[in-house]
Amino acid sequence: MTDALLTVEDLTISFPSDNGPVPVVKSISLTVAREIVAVVGESGSGKSLTGRAIMGLLPCRAHVRASRMLFEGIDLQTLGPAGWNGLRGSGMGLILQDPKFSLNPAHRVGRQVEEALLLHTKLSARERKQRALDMLARVGLPDPERVYASYPAALSGGMGQRVMIAAMLINRPMLIIADEPTSALDRGLQDQVLTLLRSLTEEFGMGLLLISHDLQQVSRYADRVIVMRQGEIVERLPASELAQAQTAYTRGLWAARPSFATYGTRLPVFEDSGRPS
Amino acid sequence: MQKAVLRSLPEPHNSRQPRWRELSLLGPLSKWLMSFAMTLLGLALVTFAMTRLSPIDPALQMVGDHASQSTYQAARLELGLDQPLPVQFLRYLQQAVSGNFGQSISTGQPVASDIARTFPATLELATAAIIIGSLIGLTLGIAAAMRQGGLIDAIARFVSLFGYSVPIFWLGLLMLLLFYARLHWAPGPGRLDVMFQYTVKPVTGFALIDTWMSGKAGAFRDALAHLALPAIVLAFHALAGISRLTRASILSELGQEYVLTARAKGASLSRVVFVHILPNIAGTLLTVIALAYASLLEGAVLTETVFAWPGIGRYLTTAMFSGDMPAILGATLVVGSCFVLLNALTDVAVARIHKGQAR
Amino acid sequence: MSALTTLQISPARWLYLRLSRSPSLTTGAAIILIVLFMAIFAPWLAPYDPTLQETANRLMAPSQQHWLGTDAFGRDILSRLIYGARPTLLLVLFVVLLMAPVGITIGILAGYLGGFVERSLMRITDIVMSFPRLLLAFAFVAIMGPGLLNGALALALTSWPAYARQARAETAKLAKSDYLAAAEMVGIKGPRLLFGHVLPLVLPSAVIRLALDLSGIILAAAGLGFLGLGVRPPTAEWGSMVADGTQVIFDQWWIAATPGFAILITSFGFNLLADGLRDLMDPRND
Repeated sequence: MTDALLTVEDLTISFPSDNGPVPVVKSISLTVAREIVAVVGESGSGKSLTGRAIMGLLPCRAHVRASRMLFEGIDLQTLGPAGWNGLRGSGMGLILQDPKFSLNPAHRVGRQVEEALLLHTKLSARERKQRALDMLARVGLPDPERVYASYPAALSGGMGQRVMIAAMLINRPMLIIADEPTSALDRGLQDQVLTLLRSLTEEFGMGLLLISHDLQQVSRYADRVIVMRQGEIVERLPASELAQAQTAYTRGLWAARPSFATYGTRLPVFEDSGRPS
Repeated sequence: MQKAVLRSLPEPHNSRQPRWRELSLLGPLSKWLMSFAMTLLGLALVTFAMTRLSPIDPALQMVGDHASQSTYQAARLELGLDQPLPVQFLRYLQQAVSGNFGQSISTGQPVASDIARTFPATLELATAAIIIGSLIGLTLGIAAAMRQGGLIDAIARFVSLFGYSVPIFWLGLLMLLLFYARLHWAPGPGRLDVMFQYTVKPVTGFALIDTWMSGKAGAFRDALAHLALPAIVLAFHALAGISRLTRASILSELGQEYVLTARAKGASLSRVVFVHILPNIAGTLLTVIALAYASLLEGAVLTETVFAWPGIGRYLTTAMFSGDMPAILGATLVVGSCFVLLNALTDVAVARIHKGQAR
Repeated sequence: MSALTTLQISPARWLYLRLSRSPSLTTGAAIILIVLFMAIFAPWLAPYDPTLQETANRLMAPSQQHWLGTDAFGRDILSRLIYGARPTLLLVLFVVLLMAPVGITIGILAGYLGGFVERSLMRITDIVMSFPRLLLAFAFVAIMGPGLLNGALALALTSWPAYARQARAETAKLAKSDYLAAAEMVGIKGPRLLFGHVLPLVLPSAVIRLALDLSGIILAAAGLGFLGLGVRPPTAEWGSMVADGTQVIFDQWWIAATPGFAILITSFGFNLLADGLRDLMDPRND
C-alpha cells in the first residue's frame, strides 16, 4: 500500500470559456497503489475528467496543471505524444462505460483484443492470437474462438464489457482506470463484471481506479473511497468505514442509494448540486 | 440516401446514434429494385411532361415549317400525338426502354447511336477526374482533420470553399488560357491531335484504351495529355466536397469512444485515423465519392463545351441550341439513368459494408 | 443555448462574441450586401448604359474611360458587371420563393397528417431527391424555352425535396409535443395551426438550409446563362458574359475573367455566410 503506482498532487483541469478559464477539477491530490481506489461523485463532479487526465486523454482545449503527476517514477507532465503512446496500453489502460460505443464496430473482436500486443510487443501473429484467446477465456467468455472472430455487434453488453477488459488487460498494465465500467449493464451483470475486475486486479497485482456514481456498489469492491463534488475532493476514507462517513455530503450519497427500503419512494436530492454535465 | 436501405437500432441507454446498423431483412434486394424502378419511372414521367408542356411541336419539327397540312397530320399520327396522354406516355416509356429515342434533328442520325458514340468520352473524362479528385480530396481531408486548426487545415478549408464557389466552366476557360495559350504545357481542346484522329481505330470509344491498343506510344501520350487538363479542372470540382466531408467525418469520429479506447491502448493519431476511423466512415466516403462522380457526369454539360470535349455533354448542349428535342430527351434520359443507377449502386455497396460489420 | 444559461452572459454579448469570432459570417454578409447594393443602385453606379454599343471601341483593354475594358460590341464591361448582379439575384430570389414554400408545405403536411399521405409524399420526395438536378434543369429550360422565370422554375423543380424532408422531420417531432396538443386544446386547428404555430418553428432550420443552397443556385444560374439558356441578350448577365468572352479568351481574357470572378465572389459570399450561420447555430462546431 505504501509504494504508490500513481501519485497526483494539486491537479487542476480547466476549460476555456467566454468568461476566461473555468476550472472543473480544483487542485485535487490522490495516490493509487496495488489496490482498488474508488472515485465517487455525481455526474459533473470531475471524476471522469480526472481519470482521463491521468491517461493524457483530455481534449486539447482542456488545460491541465498539477504540481506532481508521477506514474511508476515517470513524470506524466513531461511526456510527449510518443511517450504517451508507449505508456498507454502497456503501463496503463482505460475501461469505458458502454462497450456498444467503446469497441470499434468495424474491427473483429480478436483484432481489438490483440491491439495492445501488436503495438507494444514483438510477438508473432500466432502468439498474439494465442494470448488473446487465453485472455478471452480468462475473462469468462465461453467459446473464445467464436468471440475472437465475431464483430462487436454480435456481442451482448456483458460480453462486450468482458472483451473490453480482456483488451485492456492483455498486456498486463500496472494501472487500470475503469470509468463507470458497469453503468450500462443490468444489475446482475454489474456484480459479475466488478467481481471479475477485482479478481483480475488482485491476480495481476495491478492498481485499479474505479470511477463510479454508485457508492453502495463501490463499498463492496473498493479498498479506499474518494468522494468528489464539484471538482473537489470532499472526503477520503476506507471503504469499510463508509457507513460512518464524516461529511454530510457523503452521508447523503450513502443514503441516496436505492435499496428495498427506499423502493417506491422518492430518493433524496441535493440542492445546489452544481451544473449537470 | 443510405437511410432508405438502412434501419437504425433503437438505443435504450443513450440518445446517440448507435455505432452499427442492421439491414432490414425483408428482401433488401426487392426493396432496392422497387425504389430504383420508381425513380427511373419518375424521371421518365418528368421528361415526358416537359415535352408535352413545351412550346416546341415535335411533329412540326420533324416535317419542317413548309410541309403541307396532310404531311403534318401524318407526322402527328406517326408520333402518336392523337392518342390520349397515358397511351402516349406508355409509348414513350416503351421506346425509351428499347433504346429508341428517334432521329436527331441536327445530326440526322439515330439518337441512340449518337449517344453510343459520345458517351464513352464523357465516362473517360469523369472517371479520370473522380480518380484524381478522390485521391487528392481524401488526402487533403485526412491531413486537415489530423492537424485541425493548422496550416493544412486552413488550406483545405480554403480549397473546399473555393471549389464550392467557383463556376467550373470559367475555371476551365482560365486554365485553358494559362496552360495552353500562355505556358504551352497542355495541348488544346479536344481529345486527340488531328494527326492521330484518323489513324487510331475507335474500338472501345475510350481514347486511352484505343490508343494503348493501337500500340502507338505517341498517340497514347497525346490522349493522356489531352485528358489531363479537363480532368484536373473537373477533379478540383469533385475534391472540394470530398475533402470537406472526409475532414468533417473524421473529426466527428475522433470524439467517439472507440477512438478513446484505441488511444488508451497506445495507438498513435495516425493509426487511429487510418486503422480505426477509416473503416468506420468507408460507407460515408463511398457515398460522397459516388455523388461527386454522378455530379461530374451531369456537370459534363458545362465543362465539355469549354474543352470542346466530344462527349455527351457537348452533344446535349448542341442539341439544346438547336432545340433538337429527340436528342435532348435521349441524352437526358441516358445520363439521368446513369446518375440514378450510380446512386442506387452506392446504396447497395454501403449496405454491404454495414452488413459485414453487423455479423 | 446551454452556453447562455450556464455562463450567465447577456444574449447581446453572446451574439457579439459569436459574430466577432466568426469572420466568415461577417465577410460573407458584407459581400452579399455589396452585391445587393450593386444590383439595387446599378443605374447610379454604372458609368455607362450596359447595352450601349460603341463599335468604334470594341474589345478595348482596361483604361481610364473603361475600367474593365469593353466587349465585342463595344459595351462597357464594368457597367454590364454592375447590372449583371440584377438577373442573378432576381433568379435566386425566384428560386427561393418557389422552392422553399413548396418544400416546407409538403413537409409540414406529411409530418402533420402522417399515415398514407405522409408515405406517398415522402416517396415522391425521395424520388425527386435522387434526380440529376442540374441536368434536368438544363433540359427543362432547353425544352420550355430560355428566360429568367423558366430558369427559376427549372431549378426549383428539383430543389424542394431537401426542405420537405427537413420540415417533415421537425413537424413529426412537434406533432408529438405538448405544444401542439395545447394549441389544439384551445381550439386552434387546420391551416391556422399548421401555418401559425408549426411553420414558425420549422422556419429557422429551413433558413440555414437555404443559405447553404444559395451558392449552388447561383452557380447553376450562371451555368444556364453560360449555355445561353438564361435571360435573353442583350441584358447583361454574368454567365452569358463569360460565354461572350469565350470567343476571345486567348486575346482579351479579361472579358470572360471579370464576370466569372463576380460569380465566384458572390457564390463565395453565400458559402461563407452559410458556414458562419451553421457555426452560430451549432456550437458543436467551434
